[in-house]
Amino acid sequence: MAEVPEPTHRRRSHAGTRDLERYAGLFAERTTVMRSSAMRDLMAITARPEVISLAGGLPDTSTFPPQSFAAQMTRIAQESAAEALQYGPTEGFEETKDCILEVMGAEGMLPDPDDIVVTTGGQQGIDLVTKTLVDPGDVVICEAPTYPGAVPVFCSYQADVVQVECDEDGMGIDELEGLLGELRSEGRRPKFIYSVPSFQNPAGVTMSFERRQRLVELARANEILVVEDNPYGLLRYGGEPMPPLYQLDGGDFVIYIGTFSKILSPGIRLGWTVAPPPVLEKIVLGKQATDLCTSTLTQYFVREYFAERRWQRYIDDLIEIYRERRDVMLQALRDNFPAEATWTEPEGGLFIWATLPDYIDTSDLLAKALRADVAFVPGQAAYVDGRGRHSMRLNFSGVTADEIREGVRRIGEVIAEQVELYGTLTGEHRLPPAEEEPQPNVVPFRKAEGA
Amino acid sequence: MKVAVLKGGRSLERGVSLRSGARVEDALERLGHEVLPIDVGPDLVQRLVADRPDVAFVAMHGVGGEDGTVQELLEILGIPFTGPSAAACARCMDKVQGKDAIDEAGLPTPDWFAFNQTAFREFGAADALGRLEETLGFPLVVKPSRGGSSLGVRFARAPGEVPQALVSAFSYDDRVLLERFVDGRELAVSILGDKPLPVVEAILLEGDRYDFEARYEIGRTRFVCPAELSPEEERAVTEAALGTYRALGCSGFARVDLILDHEGPWLLEANAIPGLTDTSLLPQAAEAAGLSFEQLVERILDLALTPQGVS
Repeated sequence: MAEVPEPTHRRRSHAGTRDLERYAGLFAERTTVMRSSAMRDLMAITARPEVISLAGGLPDTSTFPPQSFAAQMTRIAQESAAEALQYGPTEGFEETKDCILEVMGAEGMLPDPDDIVVTTGGQQGIDLVTKTLVDPGDVVICEAPTYPGAVPVFCSYQADVVQVECDEDGMGIDELEGLLGELRSEGRRPKFIYSVPSFQNPAGVTMSFERRQRLVELARANEILVVEDNPYGLLRYGGEPMPPLYQLDGGDFVIYIGTFSKILSPGIRLGWTVAPPPVLEKIVLGKQATDLCTSTLTQYFVREYFAERRWQRYIDDLIEIYRERRDVMLQALRDNFPAEATWTEPEGGLFIWATLPDYIDTSDLLAKALRADVAFVPGQAAYVDGRGRHSMRLNFSGVTADEIREGVRRIGEVIAEQVELYGTLTGEHRLPPAEEEPQPNVVPFRKAEGA
Repeated sequence: MKVAVLKGGRSLERGVSLRSGARVEDALERLGHEVLPIDVGPDLVQRLVADRPDVAFVAMHGVGGEDGTVQELLEILGIPFTGPSAAACARCMDKVQGKDAIDEAGLPTPDWFAFNQTAFREFGAADALGRLEETLGFPLVVKPSRGGSSLGVRFARAPGEVPQALVSAFSYDDRVLLERFVDGRELAVSILGDKPLPVVEAILLEGDRYDFEARYEIGRTRFVCPAELSPEEERAVTEAALGTYRALGCSGFARVDLILDHEGPWLLEANAIPGLTDTSLLPQAAEAAGLSFEQLVERILDLALTPQGVS
């Protein structure tokens, strides 16, 4: 019998096991824009178990009943093991699309199932859309601040990312219109406008009805696509439901990205993209090249789960839990943050965006906060150009009410130390700040009520 | 040989340290050593006592691992370790102490003033700032005394920017320094044993030259090794670096950072445990000297096991 050679290494612990130079000549041009930074290293240590992390974006999966999970998986194993363990169609199963139609229907959308492709999380939707539409140097427009996880996608396809400022009513459409005109005069046509219109990540703001209408009209008039990323739409804790852009537009110029991550589980990596047929066709080809199909097993799980007819009740449970946590966080902010601070009051979703006095840099503050065992996302992560230095994203969905109170209290304490120090440093004998910050914080959120 | 690789810990540079450590572990395995990886935590002493390694490879950066704390424990336990002694680490980690030692040795270092928070909070040190700023001129650099990479380092271009820069720097340490800015070429000299390796130059490719973060981002800074220096420049730079290494009492290895302008080299600081990741400067310099990473690691181990006097 032939001897099987012993493996020479127990493990290969990381990609760069040998010298970078040996591979450097092989790297694609686009990897030069994939950056690592000191701040990303800082984020890596927020995972220490003793740290109360308000930095995550996690739904609380502990609320999902384990016995229900067990029952569904058992049924799949007993009744459809062979199929569930097999490859599936690239577009996804029709049965999965039926579930998607139910979810979209709950927000007033009625797409043609043939316009849907099931993706590996909503994140793959962002990747596939960018892969389909963007050549190096093409302009992609997004909100400022924007979803931090979208930036690396745009950058890896070498897009020229331009951000349009948000206020409490979402992306500024006047600014957008101005930008489109500017780009036109330079002979450049942006490929798409990326927006999270409802309970935006990271700002927690929701685009007003009027702006939604104008955005859709602008897209149509300029023949530009809007990519609507709507992971949180059904997690509304107050206020009136707002029609998705997809519904307003009818699906001609809006590509819609949805996900089961926040209403069921992010671990199953199941999302979807709805696009006009010619675009969808390309996206499907792109997906085929990427991963052939989305996990068959988790599609079976979703099918079983929806068959129980309890998915909306679970969302109602989540809404109860998250609403309370949001309220606890807002109260904690009022109790612990300085008077100069402002923050958004989201009507849904997972995040609050707080902005501190402009002499506080939240990346530095994070270093200090980590010594107090608490973490948040520094605002800079949501900008491509280094802005957002005075803001932070706080998550309230993945932590308990007690953790929220204690976490915000600790952050408030380190802020108070910095405020006091700054006061000491700028006594009467000192000159006032000589000039305005060259890059002012651009998110003019109004001060929250009662703050 | 049984080699404990100490990495991670709680410092802000945990991420870099884990990468340094992983790369060292791979090299040690290829060299045929028995590797004992330790993510440093409360059980450190227990593990060292139980496993009794022949030598410890310290791949930790920042406060806790690079400031002499871990080194002191290893000295007490009688376990030989790589890099400088506990006392030398402490001097290197603290920029104020380091600059004092460099200055006392008669080596050029940019003018500076150091403050702790108490000076501002209790003794009204803010009132003295104006005079210092006059001495140092603008732009000036504000740094936390203890801290690695570029964390908390800020330029102030005008008096109005000083308080904000101080708030940033004080986020990392209770003591900060204000330093005269020297406009020149940024060089790093790694020293192995008592031999300087080829000089590395950091050239900022894009972005704000006052943005320290850019200096550490892949793709925004280009590193040239060996740096293009005239023979006189090279001699001046390596002599200054060696002088610094000795003044701080380093042994094993260290990396000395300096700026070269028309007057010559200006010494900034020494790093007792420079990064060992695949993008770090010490391995680059070693490779330029013809040493593979394995050879570098082996040499560092040899130095740890060879008793050497601190000059």
